[in-house]
Amino acid sequence: MTLYRWLLHLYPTSFRNEYGADMAAMFERRVSRAGFGARLALWLETIVDIASNAALVHLDVLRQDLNYVARTLRRSPGFAIAAALIVSLGIGATTAAFSITDFVLLRPLPFPDSDRLVNLWEVHPGISEMDFSPLNYRDLKASVSSVEALGAYRGLAVNLMAGSEPRHIQGAVVSADVFAALRIDPIAGRVFVDDDDLETAPATVVLSYRLWQTEFGGDSAILGQKIALDGRPYIVVGIMPQTFSFPNRDAELWAAMQFRPEEFADRNDNYLDTIARLRPGVSLDQARADVALVAERLRREYPRENAHTGMSVVALRDEVSERSRVALLALCGAALCVLLIACANLAGLLLARATARTRELAVRAALGAGRDRLTRQLLTESLLLAGVGGLVGVGLAAAAVPLLSRLVPAALPVAAPPSIDLRVLLFAFVATAVTGLVFGMAPVLRTARDGAIHGLVSASRAGGGAKQRVRSVLVIAEIVASVALLVSTGLLLKAMWRVQAIDPGFRTERTLTLRTALPMPKYETVAARDRFYAAVLDSIRALPGVSSAAYVGFAPMRGGPNFPVGINGVAPLDRSLADVASFLTVTPGYFATLGIPIREGRDVRDTDTRDRPFVAVVSESFARRFWPDRDPIGRRFTFAYADREVVGVVGDTKIRGLERRNEPQVYVPYRQMQDRFMVWHAPKDLVVRTSGSPTAVAPAIRSIIRKADPQQPISDLETLDELVQDQTAARAVQLRVLAAFAIAAFVLAAVGIHGLLSFIVSERSREIGVRIALGAQRTDVFAMVARNVVRLGIAGLTMGVAVAYAGGRAMQALLAGITPADPSTFGATVGLVAVMLVVGMLLPTLRALRIDPITAIRTE
Amino acid sequence: MTQPDAEAQAFLPLPPATFHILLAVADEPRHGYAIIQDVAERTGGELRLSAGTLYRSVQRMLEQGLIVEPRERPAPEDDDERRRYYRLTPLGAAVAKAEARRLMDLVRLARARGFAPGKA
Repeated sequence: MTLYRWLLHLYPTSFRNEYGADMAAMFERRVSRAGFGARLALWLETIVDIASNAALVHLDVLRQDLNYVARTLRRSPGFAIAAALIVSLGIGATTAAFSITDFVLLRPLPFPDSDRLVNLWEVHPGISEMDFSPLNYRDLKASVSSVEALGAYRGLAVNLMAGSEPRHIQGAVVSADVFAALRIDPIAGRVFVDDDDLETAPATVVLSYRLWQTEFGGDSAILGQKIALDGRPYIVVGIMPQTFSFPNRDAELWAAMQFRPEEFADRNDNYLDTIARLRPGVSLDQARADVALVAERLRREYPRENAHTGMSVVALRDEVSERSRVALLALCGAALCVLLIACANLAGLLLARATARTRELAVRAALGAGRDRLTRQLLTESLLLAGVGGLVGVGLAAAAVPLLSRLVPAALPVAAPPSIDLRVLLFAFVATAVTGLVFGMAPVLRTARDGAIHGLVSASRAGGGAKQRVRSVLVIAEIVASVALLVSTGLLLKAMWRVQAIDPGFRTERTLTLRTALPMPKYETVAARDRFYAAVLDSIRALPGVSSAAYVGFAPMRGGPNFPVGINGVAPLDRSLADVASFLTVTPGYFATLGIPIREGRDVRDTDTRDRPFVAVVSESFARRFWPDRDPIGRRFTFAYADREVVGVVGDTKIRGLERRNEPQVYVPYRQMQDRFMVWHAPKDLVVRTSGSPTAVAPAIRSIIRKADPQQPISDLETLDELVQDQTAARAVQLRVLAAFAIAAFVLAAVGIHGLLSFIVSERSREIGVRIALGAQRTDVFAMVARNVVRLGIAGLTMGVAVAYAGGRAMQALLAGITPADPSTFGATVGLVAVMLVVGMLLPTLRALRIDPITAIRTE
Repeated sequence: MTQPDAEAQAFLPLPPATFHILLAVADEPRHGYAIIQDVAERTGGELRLSAGTLYRSVQRMLEQGLIVEPRERPAPEDDDERRRYYRLTPLGAAVAKAEARRLMDLVRLARARGFAPGKA
């Protein structure tokens, strides 16, 4: 019988109380009459009976409760809509933040056993992740034992002539081991094998699904065919699946890495990225120790080149920049603040409603509704509200995620964009359920504590301190979260202003840039390139509305190479940024076109050819670094395999980005390059300054280039304004999101404070009435209400400022040098919150002042 | 159609268990076990309601107002203190009648098609 009674617990309590005894009695009678064998059958039958019927009874109760809740909510639609909206804001914010954070930081990368994938790096003084030189890579690969499939890759940008239009596409040159490490099978053909890496092997290429579709119509007949990349034939050996993305989303094809002997000449020529798989049973730490040993041995063997070279292992999953990580965590923190405020508001609303319904609940309890039925109904109500809010919230998140995808670093090797998938939905579901349950509990506990009869009697009496204390805590939490959000938003806003105010060193307005990546070997001689530049630049300069035009190796913010600087024939071995300079080849007129000031000396000239002395124009920081007290003009230095003489000094530019460290710049005349050597550095970025709108001349420029070389693709067309704005695009997105969060939090907090004060005033209206009747002045009443606000304000602001400061310190990486204790931000925030408090208390205070003592006392 | 009839129509078709319980409490108030026995007897042992099915149906029928717990208890000698008794309400009677009419109409339809067995 004990077992039977225990089984009865599957039913709702109310049902068990009502019928449990009868059922047990009935069962007892049947058991006593049955023989041993029949008893077993009876038990089986009973278990099935109870389990299935209990589930149905639960459904019945749920249906009833939902009906009841829907009916009561329809009677107060304002409350229902407000509660659902509040929840939707909280769930929407957290779901959106979670979906991006999960995508970038948490979920496994789309490779089998992806947690075993690692990148290996050279470590140099001041540079924690440096590409490998082919020599160091070869030596490491020969002796490292803790990893397998150590593969090397580097970026590739080639011109593909497949359809009618030539296209400039990105990809990677990879060794066979890269595919071996990633373990993704092609959907057709094969990936590279070791033989493809031999210098004597035919050049082979694997296509991405996207390229296969767009350029080859998804026809698998392309397998085994030759395609022309930069005019050179490659055999297509395989096609990767749509989901494959490596090393970044832009990669559309992969060519086999075929090292040439001359690549193994310079141990300090670093351009290889590497990837590998930890051997089974080897931990990351063991691999690090192993690789460090190899680095140590190479340092002893090559004391000159490798004196300062270490090596490191980093899990592929952890290759997310510190700034991305902090930005995402800040986003999550902000979203949690919004959720917290939303929950506090929801709890406040439900409490107020429970108070208003005390009498109704008490009557129902008196009529025989058990406490568990009331509890169930209240929870059904809060869960229903949370559920509706959660649904709307997921809708909000779905709308927000595409906007937030700007926060996904380009280097993440994941093909699909972030989206609301099952994982995210599960998160939203759990968040919603917890919200509904935890914050729905507040009124339930209160009802339980008060007891039904007590509720009937005291329905209209003052609520007592406990309720008010709970709501005060809620309001303080809202103030704290608002302050934290407002301060973070303020700090990030100031940081963005500061970054936007950074002088890039050139003028951005009315200037257009585009890339014509010159294919080799077609343009491997200076003379061949000369003809192209002349044809293009002369025609463009003749266009109406164009004031000047020039070519450069790499336009600002587009990266480019750097080389160590040698003075007096000695090349420094320490490769910190101070001793390297960026190497830019330019045509005359580049400085004028970009508005880079010439401080001293002259621009490069068409007459600076290979049969004349090698010259260079250097930036001010270069001159300061190497000849701090002397005139730099006429000084000589060794740079990029040649001795060069300084003929001019120009202003510094932010060549790598507004917020990145920028090494000094050396500009070299384009005609002093060597044929068939360092062709990658040849000018390929066109810059054009216009007198009118720069985009207006773009079509004319396109047709000029097409006329000069019909097979030459054009890519990366944008204005310098856009180029510089891109620098702060991620910041702008983050700021917009945070600002939206802050505004939502601010409004919610104001509503919450208004609600609390209304509650206090209405709870104490009788008391206030009595006081007024006894001669209290309006000012006394005002002071009474205001005292509450001041207390809450001081508590909330104090804690909020502390939390905000801690938050600011945590995201210092994003603040571009703004101190987390920025006084103006904190001042403005405190001011805003004070205004919010005043606005929030306005109506309740007025109501308190208007209380008519007669009516207030008579309500009893 | 009168008002209670219209109300009764809303319950149709009736789950078989509900219909049988209505029949069982038609003449006199009965407690749970008596209902099960009555149903079993009347159907010649074909339908044995389980306790779970019975009380789930009873709970719903109470809510719907088809049956009530009578305030007056049966004669003391028949009364079992621990038991709860149920009796038919006017609405319950109307619903049982409406269901019977529905079933009869069905049989008539079937018979017209030559499906139903003739008079036994």
